[in-house]
Amino acid sequence: MTQHLSDAEIVTPAPRRRRRLTTLVIGGTLVAILVLTALLAPLLAPFDPNAQTISARLLAPSAAHWFGTDGFGRDLLSRVIYGARPTLLLVSLILVLTIPVGLLIGITAGYVGGWTERVLMRITDIFLSLPNLVIALALVSILGPGLLNGALALALTSWPPFARQARAETLALRRSDYLAAARMQGISGLRLMFGHILPLCLPGAVVRAALSLGGIILSAAGLGFLGMGVQPPTAEWGSMVAEGSKVNFDQWWVAAAPGGAILFASLAFNLTGDGLRDRLDTRNDS
Amino acid sequence: MANSATQAGLARQFWRGGSRLITSLLSLLVTLLGLLAFTFMLSHQSPVDPVLQVAGDRASESTYQQVRHDLGLDQPLPVQFWRYLEHLARGDLGMSHITAQPVTSDLARAFPATLELATCAMIFGAVFGITLALLAAWKPGGLLDNLARLISLLGYSVPVFWLGLLGLLLFYAVLHWSAGPGRLDDIWIYTLEPKTGLVLVDSWLSGDREMFRNAIAHLWLPVAVLGMLSMAAITRLLRAALLEENGKEYVTLARAKGASRTRILLCHIFPNVRGTLITVLGLSYATLLEGSVLTETVFAWPGVGRYLTTALFASDVPAILGSTLLIGGCFVLLNALVDALTWLTDPRTR
Repeated sequence: MTQHLSDAEIVTPAPRRRRRLTTLVIGGTLVAILVLTALLAPLLAPFDPNAQTISARLLAPSAAHWFGTDGFGRDLLSRVIYGARPTLLLVSLILVLTIPVGLLIGITAGYVGGWTERVLMRITDIFLSLPNLVIALALVSILGPGLLNGALALALTSWPPFARQARAETLALRRSDYLAAARMQGISGLRLMFGHILPLCLPGAVVRAALSLGGIILSAAGLGFLGMGVQPPTAEWGSMVAEGSKVNFDQWWVAAAPGGAILFASLAFNLTGDGLRDRLDTRNDS
Repeated sequence: MANSATQAGLARQFWRGGSRLITSLLSLLVTLLGLLAFTFMLSHQSPVDPVLQVAGDRASESTYQQVRHDLGLDQPLPVQFWRYLEHLARGDLGMSHITAQPVTSDLARAFPATLELATCAMIFGAVFGITLALLAAWKPGGLLDNLARLISLLGYSVPVFWLGLLGLLLFYAVLHWSAGPGRLDDIWIYTLEPKTGLVLVDSWLSGDREMFRNAIAHLWLPVAVLGMLSMAAITRLLRAALLEENGKEYVTLARAKGASRTRILLCHIFPNVRGTLITVLGLSYATLLEGSVLTETVFAWPGVGRYLTTALFASDVPAILGSTLLIGGCFVLLNALVDALTWLTDPRTR
């Protein structure tokens, strides 16, 4: 290696492309582990996550309880395994709520143009410039805590990136030969938007989803930590960290185990998102 | 003739700048109104009936209607929204149920603490984030680059409240390097004269160096934990921007002319990513204001975030909405400021 970088390394860094694939593989594997854990929780968990054993309170990690037990004598490993369920459920709910809304607004704005576009994008920008967690907290405090309300509250500020991306992609498509051909066949209006533009916007939306999921998981865990998410005794990572924070200095494992799970889940989606984005080479425009 | 052409060009530029300014101001106004409409609607949907709060739950029907009329709740919604704005313009956010004080004065007391925490965290994140991004871009694909990628990946994947708990466990309970939660030890907390509300400034002004050192001992850990957030964002985006610039022709030219790698990076590439830098710094500062909600809760830091979470537990609606409005407003304003600064410093965006 000389003092200066070789041209090849600057223009197309081959090792980086290889690393992108590794990023995607590692991320995908972690996500798969997460999903399988959630699905197979009853098989994987050594104990009932809600079974309280008062004599076994706050036990340190051991062969019987790998992650130790919490203040009610519940096995933390089992609770961490079951905790994958509300997290993934919440995340899926948010995606089901945000992707259609984002795509609809983005494609309409890009396709129709003019004043419709300006108004829709202004609304998108308004929602984009609102703080995610604080708005969700305010909303949940009024609607009441819970899984569905948490998902609604987080979805409210999570759709704008999808809309922006869909609009950008629709704009790029508007002058394509492909759409001109479809128009010449007499296809127009809604059928053109949803039959021909929408499928081409989906890959971008998937990448965008993977990229936002890491942050959404953190916000959801934050809601749980502040007692505004899924209510106890359901095992949920954020509220488990909150329970553990009371005994943080003496029984550190109670907070450490679920917090590590949140890190794992967020990391899994962030890696997948990075890998997918580089793979599909969609430009990150927000 | 040439002169008048330049003048026309200048006038056009000026006009374009002016209309751009007006559009951005209008959109900022609309966004703020949207935020206000959001909090107004929430206060309307609140499960606590404000009439019953005033009249008591044993009030007769006529008293109920009278109070409802006095509070203006029988007016149409737009009128009520206008009244809400009027109250706000006078700085009236209602009374907090838990502190029995006006929300405005509560927030005014708490805000400096949040500002201090977020600003120090911002400085921490900017210094380490920019350094890390430059080190990463100095040799892409090298050891430092991979380290920077790893640190930023962990930084934006870690739940900040958990990182705070781990930090407290290690640096406070085990190593005793940090003075733990709160802004000052108990012995100083009541003797400190709050002049600016910023504990570092106030304790320095008090002349008691021991107190100042104690304030730093309390401050550094939450700053480092919160700063990790902005450090991760700054490293990630700045590194990407630096690497993208790295592939441009002027870099090849500079290299052909024999400029050293350090010189190219610092004198040629770095000035060209200032747009990204401003955006990243502004946005991460906004994120820090929001992130302070969780951090302040963990570190018992008496700022707006902790005020908000305390209010959440007590369902204290005026306090919740007041804090939401304050944090949301700062967030929106910072976003607008970033746009304006990018426009001013980067001719390419004009």
